[in-house]
Amino acid sequence: MNLYTAPHLETEPASVERIDVQPAHSRNKPREPLYAKRKKIFPKKAEGRFRRFKWLVMLITLGIYYLTPWIRWDRGPYAPDQAVLVDLANRRFYFFFIEIWPQEFFFVAGLLVMAGFGLFLVTSAVGRAWCGYACPQTVWVDLFLAVERFIEGDRNARIKLDAAPWTFDKLWRRVVKHATWIVIAVVTGGAWIFYFADAPTLAFDFLTGNAAVVAYTTVAILTATTYVLGGLMREQVCIYMCPWPRIQGAMLDEHSLVVTYNDWRGEPRSRHAKKAAAAGQPVGDCVDCNACVAVCPMGIDIRDGQQMECITCALCIDACDSVMDKIGKPRGLIAYATLSEYEHNMALATEHGTTAIDPAKVRNPDGSFIDKVRHFNWRIILRPRTLLYLGVWTLVGLGLVYALLSRDRLEINVLHDRNPQFVLESDGSIRNGYTIRLLNMIPEPRTILLSMDGLPEATMKITGITEVPGRLFAVQVEPDKTMALKVFVTLPKEAIASEVNDFHFIAEDRSSHEADRYAATFNTPGAKK
Amino acid sequence: MAQKHVDDVSGVETTGHEWDGIRELNNPMPRWWVLTFYATILWAIAYCIFYPAWPLINEATRGVLGYSSRAELASDLNAAKAAQGAVVEKIASSSLQDIVADPQLSQFATAAGAAAFRVNCTPCHGSGAAGGQGYPNLNDNEWLWGGSLDEIYQTIAHGVRDPADPDTRVSEMPAFGDMLKPEEVRQISAYVVSLTGTPRDPSMVAPGQQLFADNCASCHGESAEGNKDMGAPALADAIWLKVDGEAGIAQQIVAPRHGVMPAWEGRLGEVAVKQLSVYIHSLGGGQ
Repeated sequence: MNLYTAPHLETEPASVERIDVQPAHSRNKPREPLYAKRKKIFPKKAEGRFRRFKWLVMLITLGIYYLTPWIRWDRGPYAPDQAVLVDLANRRFYFFFIEIWPQEFFFVAGLLVMAGFGLFLVTSAVGRAWCGYACPQTVWVDLFLAVERFIEGDRNARIKLDAAPWTFDKLWRRVVKHATWIVIAVVTGGAWIFYFADAPTLAFDFLTGNAAVVAYTTVAILTATTYVLGGLMREQVCIYMCPWPRIQGAMLDEHSLVVTYNDWRGEPRSRHAKKAAAAGQPVGDCVDCNACVAVCPMGIDIRDGQQMECITCALCIDACDSVMDKIGKPRGLIAYATLSEYEHNMALATEHGTTAIDPAKVRNPDGSFIDKVRHFNWRIILRPRTLLYLGVWTLVGLGLVYALLSRDRLEINVLHDRNPQFVLESDGSIRNGYTIRLLNMIPEPRTILLSMDGLPEATMKITGITEVPGRLFAVQVEPDKTMALKVFVTLPKEAIASEVNDFHFIAEDRSSHEADRYAATFNTPGAKK
Repeated sequence: MAQKHVDDVSGVETTGHEWDGIRELNNPMPRWWVLTFYATILWAIAYCIFYPAWPLINEATRGVLGYSSRAELASDLNAAKAAQGAVVEKIASSSLQDIVADPQLSQFATAAGAAAFRVNCTPCHGSGAAGGQGYPNLNDNEWLWGGSLDEIYQTIAHGVRDPADPDTRVSEMPAFGDMLKPEEVRQISAYVVSLTGTPRDPSMVAPGQQLFADNCASCHGESAEGNKDMGAPALADAIWLKVDGEAGIAQQIVAPRHGVMPAWEGRLGEVAVKQLSVYIHSLGGGQ
């Protein structure tokens, strides 16, 4: 659909009712003192493309959050079958086919780096899309508002109810509303704990009162935060508590898409456009119906321009578009626009700031926009800044994929005994002790061959495995476990030459052709002088 | 109070304090802040009631909960001991061989033995059990009194030459200075050195061998391999506990020195001695 062409109306444009609403936060008014009481906001229901998109995002994000712990993933008999599981007790993280041990936590750090650059990319391209669509605060407030609207009615009904005395009607509506919120909050907190234990087992234990105290505490805390932040505090979280708006503001530039009131075509706004036009005064497209203010969940007036409170949820675009449709004007009076195109069009309408806005300067006599007016071009998203972010994001991602594909699932760590550094045996040979740790990082039992590379005359013994000296031993390692071995290496008297001798321990799984080696040293007092 | 003064710009009343024409606005505190402040006061009062708080001359107020960090530590230690109870009991009732064969018991006993070793044994044997001159190295495979689990246990439990313990390890090497001529002592020393090295005067080895067979072999063995029943060290190996070189050996023959170790079972109890035995045995020289 072409946003910039007016719909053809068969009938006279309908009159648009003006909504009586004041923005709760306005940048045109003096700064409100911080101790002022909060002005309640009663967002009106919006309908349109962005509202439908937000419902879709809510469905997907909440779906992922609530359902992920219940996805099963078969890993064989020695590992949990939950697709996504943070196993704190055993220090393992499972994500579908990936299992991460604590020392591989850099994968998580890499994902965080990707999340950071992904946010830079999204923000520089489409502004505060995270705030407007995907932030949990936004999603849950949206959900809580939908509940509120369902129980108490739309904006006017809610204002009336709020001002009404405490009748039975108000009481039951309020009780049901808060009860529903708390139920949602409990379910929200409840879903969280399922990421940390087997979900069906924990759900049963939780409901029968047999779960761990920490599970109940976690649910209680998350219930409280969800209810308080999503139900009671709402927009105050974004305005006063969240550092994100400040940070994101720094990432925007003149080519970022932000929700913009195009005053170059909207001003001067007028309630009586026909009368003003008849009197020969310039008339903009804005009919000052306040629909954009009424739907705003943050309680701002987008016509004041860019402001920190705006989370760019785009509901004002929906509200304004439906008004524009109604009065037969092209959509996009409030639209996603970049600062550069806005300023270009503004310069056209004001002759580079020398005159007041005259919408006639940007329109042809038939009402369509003149060719010089800039409209949004998707190519502007591809610019050095976004490509750089995309590049870094991709590089980190490829690096993680490479690290994941090439990582070892069999490792050996060696700790050399330091006290004493060596032991003189009765036959004059020298013995060194080592604590060796074999890491079997797959959920299957394995036979691992432990051998020495170097020091050809030396032999080793493993406490508990063998008492017969040798250079190659098979060790059974349990699935997904580490095994500590006490290993003594003995070098016969004749072979003692230097004080420090380098060699390697090698752990090998012949069936999977995996091997890992560890550089170790063998200390002696040196050859007898 | 004097007449109220209202600031023109903000329309807010001032406190009446004025410094060089600058007045302080009397803005109220944010309500959440004030409430938090009151909450902390209530918290402090409740804390003083329930927990030890006010220092008095001899002790602090006890608080109605009767909480004490010392008692908490004691109960934590008791809980830790109780948690070990089952394993400790198993160690008490199992033979040393069974303890070593059981991975859980052996791990526990080794760790507990290491802890007991650090407290009781390091002054003589060193923190790494490597000993020193006169103090046996417990890592190597030479044992004066035997290196099997049971022999180690016996040695630790009853000590060496401990007059207070009737079962203690006892043996005395006579002072041969009274019985042998200095020349003979030198000959024996030369022979002993020749077993693992080169004596200064090889011509003394042959008479020394005869003297050794007559005087020393009854305890140290025909080929100087030592005798664990008597605590007689092997002399034909690389490890020298007390002396090094011919002169030292001669000195030991003339006036032998003997090591002592107290009996530990009475002080530490059977379980600790078992744990110590398992630990010592695990150091690498155990037999």
